Amino acid sequence: MKNIYENRKYVFGALLFLVVIIFIGKLFSLQVLDKSYQSTANRNVLRYIMQYPARGLIYDRTGELLVYNEAIYDLMVSPNLLEEFDTSVFCDILEITHEDVHNRLQNAKAYSYYTSSPFLKQISSETYAVLQEKLYRFPGFFVQPRPIRKYSKNIAGHALGYVGEVDERAIKSNPFYKMGDYIGISGIEKTYEEVLRGEKGVNVYMVDVHNRIKGSYQDGRKDRPAIVGTNIISTLDADLQEYGEKLMVNKIGSIVAIEPSTGEILALVSSPTYNPSRLLGRGRSKVFETLRTDTLEPLFNRPLMATYPPGSTFKVINGLIGLQEKVIFRKTEFYCYGGYTSGRIHVGCHNHDTPLNLPEAIQNSCNAYFCNVFRRILDNPVYPSVREGYNSWRDHVLSFGFGQKLESDFAFELKGFVPMDSYYDRYYGKTGWSSLTVLSLAIGQGELGITPLQMANMTAAIANHGYYFTPHIIKEIEGETIIDERFYSKHITTIDSVYFPIIIDGMDKAVNDSLGSGSTARIARINGITVCGKTGTAENPHGEDHSIFIAFAPKDNPKIALSVYVENGGFGATYAAPIASLMVEKYLKREITRQWLENYILETDLIHSEKEN
Amino acid sequence: MKRRINIWSEIDWITIILYLLIVILGWVSIYSAVYNEEHDKIFDLSQRYSKQMILIFGALVIASIVVVTDSRFYSLFAYFIYAIVILLLIVVLLLGKEIHGAKSWFEFGLFRLQPAEFAKVGTAMALARYVSSKSFNIKNSKNVFNAVVIILIPAILIYIQPDTGSALVYFAFILVLYREGLSGGILLIGILMMVLFVLTLIIDKMIIIIALMVVGYLVFLIIDRNIKRFLIAALIYIGLSGTFFGLKEFAGLGLSVYLILILSLILSGFIYSFFIYFYRIRKAVLIYMLMFGSIIFTFSVNYAFSNILKPHQQKRINILLGIDSDPFGSGYNVNQSIIAIGSGGFSGKGFLKGTQTKFEFVPEQSTDFIFCTVGEEWGFLGTSLIVLLFTILLLRILVLAERQRSGFCRIFGYSVFAILLFHFVVNIGMTIGLLPVIGIPLPFMSYGGSSLWAFTILLFVFLRLDISRLEYLI
Repeated sequence: MKNIYENRKYVFGALLFLVVIIFIGKLFSLQVLDKSYQSTANRNVLRYIMQYPARGLIYDRTGELLVYNEAIYDLMVSPNLLEEFDTSVFCDILEITHEDVHNRLQNAKAYSYYTSSPFLKQISSETYAVLQEKLYRFPGFFVQPRPIRKYSKNIAGHALGYVGEVDERAIKSNPFYKMGDYIGISGIEKTYEEVLRGEKGVNVYMVDVHNRIKGSYQDGRKDRPAIVGTNIISTLDADLQEYGEKLMVNKIGSIVAIEPSTGEILALVSSPTYNPSRLLGRGRSKVFETLRTDTLEPLFNRPLMATYPPGSTFKVINGLIGLQEKVIFRKTEFYCYGGYTSGRIHVGCHNHDTPLNLPEAIQNSCNAYFCNVFRRILDNPVYPSVREGYNSWRDHVLSFGFGQKLESDFAFELKGFVPMDSYYDRYYGKTGWSSLTVLSLAIGQGELGITPLQMANMTAAIANHGYYFTPHIIKEIEGETIIDERFYSKHITTIDSVYFPIIIDGMDKAVNDSLGSGSTARIARINGITVCGKTGTAENPHGEDHSIFIAFAPKDNPKIALSVYVENGGFGATYAAPIASLMVEKYLKREITRQWLENYILETDLIHSEKEN
Repeated sequence: MKRRINIWSEIDWITIILYLLIVILGWVSIYSAVYNEEHDKIFDLSQRYSKQMILIFGALVIASIVVVTDSRFYSLFAYFIYAIVILLLIVVLLLGKEIHGAKSWFEFGLFRLQPAEFAKVGTAMALARYVSSKSFNIKNSKNVFNAVVIILIPAILIYIQPDTGSALVYFAFILVLYREGLSGGILLIGILMMVLFVLTLIIDKMIIIIALMVVGYLVFLIIDRNIKRFLIAALIYIGLSGTFFGLKEFAGLGLSVYLILILSLILSGFIYSFFIYFYRIRKAVLIYMLMFGSIIFTFSVNYAFSNILKPHQQKRINILLGIDSDPFGSGYNVNQSIIAIGSGGFSGKGFLKGTQTKFEFVPEQSTDFIFCTVGEEWGFLGTSLIVLLFTILLLRILVLAERQRSGFCRIFGYSVFAILLFHFVVNIGMTIGLLPVIGIPLPFMSYGGSSLWAFTILLFVFLRLDISRLEYLI
C-alpha cells in the first residue's frame, strides 16, 4: 500500500536544500566576501612588543664618555590578568602605599583593560632584584626593561640636556612616539633627538587567550630588531667644562668658551647648574619642581637665554667700526678729563693718563674716548643724517652676530637686542634723537641686549680677524662625515681684517702691559701665554653690576675665545677676568699654576653672602 | 520467512563511506584543535586526539555488532531499550556527576557516559514502534498525544539535568510525525510561533499586535473576496476601539492602549460570530482564532522570556538577536567562533596553522565548536565540503528511509534524519552566528565518546534495518 503522505518527502528535501543554501551563503559571505575577520583574528593573537633601542652615547671632544645608558625596569600591569595578591608584600617591595596601588591600578584599568600599561616606572635594579623573585605571586604584573640615561661626570646639564617622557602633543604630531616613550627635552638630547634615539624594533609574538606568549610569529620573520642610536661626539672639553662649573660654584652667571678656528663650543657653563642625573628616575618630577621654583633659576640656560648689556667689552666693536668707517685711526687721540661732557650729557670715566690712542683707550677702557668715536661714527658727514649713520653702525654690529639668533644647535637660543632706528623714533620722534641721545651705546650700556654666547662668538670673530663660524656643540655624528653645512660656512664681518690687530693690541695691553700703565685686566695675565682680553661691567638697575670679561688666547693663532659673566660681580676685573684667565690656563696648559687665584675664585660666594646682606 | 543474505554486500556502503569521511575529518580537526607544541607542559591535551582515535575504533566495533545483530531485535526490544534509557536518565539525575552545573554524566573512572545521547536512539525506536503499530492512527488525538509523551519524557528528564540543548533535540521528532501524517498546519503554526517569538523580542509589542491585525483583516479580504464584508468587519473594530478611546479621553477611564485594542477585538469577535453564523463564513473563524491566538502568544512570550528563561539563556537569545552586544561577555563564544571561521578565508590558514583555535580563543573547540577549526584551517573549501558531506548523508538517509517497506524502519529512518538534521543545523548555525548558542555536538565530528557512539548506533541500526527489507518479504 502506497503511503498517502509519501509526497511529504519533498518537504524534507526542500528543507534540506534551504539549509544548505543558507549555510553556504553565510559561509561564503563570512569567509570569502568579508575580509575583516583576518585582521580581527590577528589582533586577537598577535602582540607587538616594542624593543627599545639604546640611545646614542655622547662623548666629549677628547673621547671621554659623558652620557651612556643603563637598564632600568618599568613594572607593567595587564589589568585583565590580575588576580588577588598580597598587597602588603607588594607595597613593601616597591615602597608604595596601599592607596597608591589602588590608584595606579585604577589608572591602568582606565587606560586599557586588555593592553598592559606602566604601573610603576623606573624601578631601580636593587628593587628589581627583589621583585623578580616574587613576581610570580603577582599575576598580571611583568617587568619591562628599558634603557635610561646615565651621566659619567654629572656636568654640562644645560649643554647635554635631558630626556623625559613624551607629552601628548609630541605623540600626536609624530607617529614615532608612543605613550611612555622618552624624548630629548633640552640641549643636545633635544637637538639631536633623531640621531640619538635610534629606531625602535618590534617583536611579534603570538599569545593565547590568556595573553600568554606562545612563540614568535612566523618564526620571527616579522620581527624588527631595535637599531641603537648613533653616538655623538660633542665639542665640549669635559675637563674644561667641569673646571668651569667648579669655578662658578656659588656664583650666578655663565662661561662660554669657543674654539675660534671652528666655532666649536669648548665649554658652556650656566651657573647655578643642576646635576643632570637627578632629572632621571622616579624622583624626576619632584626634583624638576624644586629646580623650577628655585629663585636662582638653575634650569635657566644663561649662556643662550640671558641677555645683558655688554658694557665696556663693547668698546672693541665701536673701535673696529670707527676704524672701518675711517673716522679714527690707530693713532687718533682723545682727551679725557674724568669723562665726556657735551651739553647737559656727561659720561664719567676713571682716572688714567690722557690723551690716549686707540689701543691705549682699550687698555684703559676709557669712556670718553669711545664717546668721541661713537659720535664720529653717527655724525659722519658722509651720511646725510644721524639716522643713516646709526644704521651703518648697526649693520656693522649685526655682522658680529648680535641682535639675531646665531643658529647654533641649541633650541632655545635668544636673539638679543640691538635697537633699530624706529625704536628711537618711538621714544624721541623721528627727528628727536641724535648721536648724543643714544650715547650710552658707545660704552655698551643702554638698550643693548647680548647673550654670553653672542659675546663669546664676537670674541672669536676678533680672534679670527674678522670672521666667525656658527658656534656649535657637536663635533661629529658617528658614521657621518659632516654634521651640518651651516657650521662650516664662514660668517665674515663688515670690518676689514687689517683693523683687528689694532684692537687686539689694545686687548693684549689690557692684560699684559706693565703695572701702572693703566691695564684694566692684569689679573688675567698668564705666564707664557698672551691672553687678549677686555673687561666689562653691565649696569644692573636691580643691584650690584655684572662682571664681564671677554678674552682669547694665545694672541697668535688663538685656540680659545671666551666670555665670562658673573652676575652682581661688580667690575669685570673682579671675578670675570680671573675666571676667564683660569679657564684659558686650564685649556691651554691643562694645569693651574696660580693656586692663589684659583682659591680666591673658589672661595668667593656671591650667592649666600648677598643673601645675608 | 527469512531469507539468508550477505549483510556486508547488501549494506549501504554509500552511507558508510560518508560516515567514515566525516569521522576522519572530525578526528583531523580534533587533532588540530588540541595540538600544541608544548602540550605536555601545562595540559595533557595530547590525550584527546588519541582518546578520540580509540573511541573511533570502538565506534566501528559497535557498528559491526549493531549490523550483525538480527534486525528483529530492534523492533522487538524497542520499548525495552526505551525503558532502559529512561531509567538511565532518571538515575543520572540522582547519581550523576555534576559538570558545568549539569547532572548529565555517569563517571566510571576515566570513562564518562552521557545517557542523553543514547536516549535519542531509544526514543527513536519506541516512537517507530508505537507509530508503526497497527492500532496507531495519526488522526486520533489520543494516539498523537501518546506519541508526544514518548518524545517528551526523555526531553523533560534531560531538561531537568539541565541540558536545554540536548532536550531541544527532541523537537526534531515533530518532523517524523509530520511525515507520518501529522497536520502540516501544526507544523506551520509551530513555525509561525517561532517567528513571532523572535519578533516579539526584537520589535515593540504594539507594532506586532497592530501588524497581526492588519495581516488578519487583509487575509480575510483575500480569502473572502468581498470588499463590503471586509469594510463592515473593519468598521466594527474601528468603531469599537474608537469608542473606547473616546471613553478614555473624555470620561477618564483608566484603560491602557493594549487593553483597548484587545477588548475591541474580543467584542468585535462576538459581533463577527453572528455574521459568521448568518453568512456561513467558516474560514473567518480560523483567521480570527489565529489572529487572536498570535496576539495572546506575543504577550505570553514576553512574559515567559523575562520570567521563565534563565538569565544566561535570555542573554544568549538577546545576543543572537543583536539586542545585546557584549563581545567579551556572553557573546564571546559566538564572536570568537565567527572570527575563527571568517579569518579562514577561501582556502584556510592551513593544517595546524589556525591561531584562533590553537590559542584557545574559541572555547569548546574540540567539542561543540569543532566546525571553527575546519573553517579556520581549511577555509570556505573545508566548510562547504563538510556542509556538502552532511547534506549528501542526510539526503541518502532520506532516500533509504523512503525505500523502506515497513513502517518501523521508515519511521526509525526519519528519526535518524530528523535528529542528524537538527544537530547539523543547530551546531553549524550556532558557530556561524545564525542560531543561539545551544550546546549540542556536531554528529560524528565533535570530540566525545557518548555522542560519537550514540550517533553511530543510531545510523547503523538504521542501516541494519535497511537490509532487513531484503530479508522479510512482507
